[in-house]
Amino acid sequence: MSKLLKSIVPLAVAATATLTFSINAIAADWKPKKPVEFIIMAGTGGGADQIARLLQGLIEKKNLSPRPFIPINKPGGSGAEALRYLQDKEGDDHTLLVTLNSFYTTPIIQEDLGVDVSRFTPIGRMALDTFLLWVHNDQAEISDLDSYVKAVKSTGNSWKVGGTGSGQEDSILTAMMEAEFGYEVTYIPFPGGGTVAKNLVGKHIDSTVNNPAEQNEFFRAGNTKPLVQFTGERMEAYPDVPTAKELGVDIEYYMQRSINGPPGMSADAQAFYIDLFSQLYQSEEWQTFCVEDGLDCNEWSAGDDLAAFHAEQLKRHTALIEEVGAEAITGE
Amino acid sequence: MENVLPLLGSGILEALQPLNLTMIIIGCTVGLLVGAMPGLGSVNGVAILLPITFLVPPTAAIIFLAAIYYGAMYGGAISSITLGIPGASTAVATVFDGRPLAQQGKADKALVAAAVASFIGGTVSVILFTLFAPPLAAFALKFGPPEEFALMILAFATFIGLGGDDIPKTIFSILIGLVLATIGLDIISGKPRLIFGDISGFLHGINFLVLAIGIYGIGEMLWTLESTQGKVSVHKVKMSFSSLVGNLKQVKEYIGTTSLGSVLGYFVGTLPAAGATPASLMSYGLAKTFSKDPESFGKGNISGVAAPEAANNAASTGSMLPMITLGIPGSPTTAILLGGMIIWGLRPGPLLFTEHPDFVWGLIGSLYIANAATLVINLAFIPLFVKVLTMPFTVLAPIIYILCVVGGYAPTQTMHDVWLMFVFGIVGYLLRKLNYPVAPAVLAIVLGPLAERSLRQSLLASQGDFTTFFTRPISGTCMLIALLLVSYPLIRKLRKRG
Repeated sequence: MSKLLKSIVPLAVAATATLTFSINAIAADWKPKKPVEFIIMAGTGGGADQIARLLQGLIEKKNLSPRPFIPINKPGGSGAEALRYLQDKEGDDHTLLVTLNSFYTTPIIQEDLGVDVSRFTPIGRMALDTFLLWVHNDQAEISDLDSYVKAVKSTGNSWKVGGTGSGQEDSILTAMMEAEFGYEVTYIPFPGGGTVAKNLVGKHIDSTVNNPAEQNEFFRAGNTKPLVQFTGERMEAYPDVPTAKELGVDIEYYMQRSINGPPGMSADAQAFYIDLFSQLYQSEEWQTFCVEDGLDCNEWSAGDDLAAFHAEQLKRHTALIEEVGAEAITGE
Repeated sequence: MENVLPLLGSGILEALQPLNLTMIIIGCTVGLLVGAMPGLGSVNGVAILLPITFLVPPTAAIIFLAAIYYGAMYGGAISSITLGIPGASTAVATVFDGRPLAQQGKADKALVAAAVASFIGGTVSVILFTLFAPPLAAFALKFGPPEEFALMILAFATFIGLGGDDIPKTIFSILIGLVLATIGLDIISGKPRLIFGDISGFLHGINFLVLAIGIYGIGEMLWTLESTQGKVSVHKVKMSFSSLVGNLKQVKEYIGTTSLGSVLGYFVGTLPAAGATPASLMSYGLAKTFSKDPESFGKGNISGVAAPEAANNAASTGSMLPMITLGIPGSPTTAILLGGMIIWGLRPGPLLFTEHPDFVWGLIGSLYIANAATLVINLAFIPLFVKVLTMPFTVLAPIIYILCVVGGYAPTQTMHDVWLMFVFGIVGYLLRKLNYPVAPAVLAIVLGPLAERSLRQSLLASQGDFTTFFTRPISGTCMLIALLLVSYPLIRKLRKRG
């Protein structure tokens, strides 16, 4: 079944992408005139970073752009640095941003940042990333969600949860769990998911809500174990890990991995990038990467569709942040 | 262990294949030139040249990238010594003594020392990698936030001795650097700090290269103009084969600091948080602290060139370890190598060593060949680089100014940073006139953000308890050594008097 699915998914994706492709092919033949800055709003080694670097390589390999894409990490302030940088590049055709969900949350929490992401130029959504709850394999007393909650409660509020930045997806998910289970933890922000994963393996923190790509190799090596996945259905990569919903806990959370340009990017440039990323999206390499890394890559969304998706997500995150409180997320 | 040597051997043999060897030679040469250009650095070099790697098999490709990376490490020293502008952040410490040596007409001596020390650093680190990679990977995992903070304190301690006898001025200089390092967005909460109203250019903080190029490029030029009243003599440096041999024979002068720097550089490089820049600065600090003649540092001591160069090359090999085993690149350049690996279907992680030993040891083997090749290419180029110094000052000065502006613009591509660089140039000149040491400020701006983040993470984890830095074995040891290092110059002084 899974093999069949594997071969059908790329086909279906290819079909839809060809459709978008033929529409976009009419667009003017604008091409980058200088190297394209590929801004990553998180540190090196994390999910966004790995994706950006894979995309950069594929662009070069498939010769999709006459000028190279240069990944630049701007992890400062939960993505605030990257967002502000992009906003200040208004009208620029040679800067792109690879996002996390802090794309939504950081401007909501940091009002004085003055960033309005709805003005950014939407290019395409490459994937929906997923979250799992991870603990170290040596924590023998923790084998499932129940024993996890028990262990956290027994420490008072000194259970250390590591995550990428503060006020973004990892801390939102952590705050959602705090609200759901009625415990309190100490949240420690790190510059990137890779560092978070490493600190769990080194036992400097007690648990994480890493994305699959960040923990998978440590999981395979027997260092860490997943307890729950926060998806609608069990992922192909983790058939034995229950979803939160199966356990009667109503937490489902995804992170979009999308490409966006600065406000006021020219329509020709936008068309060029949409075309480029739709080709990447349907490539065999990308689809394989998605399956291996537990990314949901079944639906390509670009341009205005993506803008609508962003608007909806912004609403949802505003509501979520109101519900759990910005203080719970930033840890102030 | 017993199967490692054959693997490494076959890695080295693989690197000697005609195609791979060609890639190494091209890569090293390109890397050397890229590294020598201020602001361009190996990051952009590797990123721009990534497409070439798709035309050749994966092994040749990774060898090519590794060769560029390595060549750029050597190249950074060239502009540091000949022009006084650091080509990359890893080569800042090389300016401290490299530039004075060049001004004394000993540029060839400094360049040869840089090349030889780099070679030794590379060699030592490859040996250490081969012998101790798995235990060190485990050791790197023990480095949590408190350990990282303790390491930063250790780095600061190596620098207290740097400002010469004037400890208050050194501390003042460190504090200035720390204040500059806090500009930008708060690392934990993401709130903007010290951005002077709402100047968006300050949001990304003060780029370290902007400061270094300002202080050393522009500041130094102003100082030269003043001290010579514009009558700068032209240095005639004659290069011949016999003088090269003579320079090579001087290795014994700096072999001690070079060995120390190599080992230190490798260890610091293997820690995911640190990388080659802190390693080279710490190595310089240590070389000075333990020198018989600390006064001569900063005025053209050959060990002051060798120590940081050995450390930064050793660290660049060391930083391959966290990249391979943890998927955390120790430097932006290794991050691009990481991207290459992912494209070729190699996932970094603890299993890469056991599942793809041919790749890991092939990479290390090729680093070694690249190391040897770069030494030869570098030595061959030295006469050309030295020629730069024989240009009249009226020609050289404008070139340096232009390179400073390009170097200030390149990292962030904003004019804001170019103006900032000029401001730092003037401040650097004034500090020098008032006899303040600037190196500690440069160190503080590199290490400040790292130290602040790990400090705050540690205190969050320990619920605000400061003893966490002393009760944990590794951080406690680092703190103790730091304390000893700070008191060392004092003890030595007291002894002299007594």
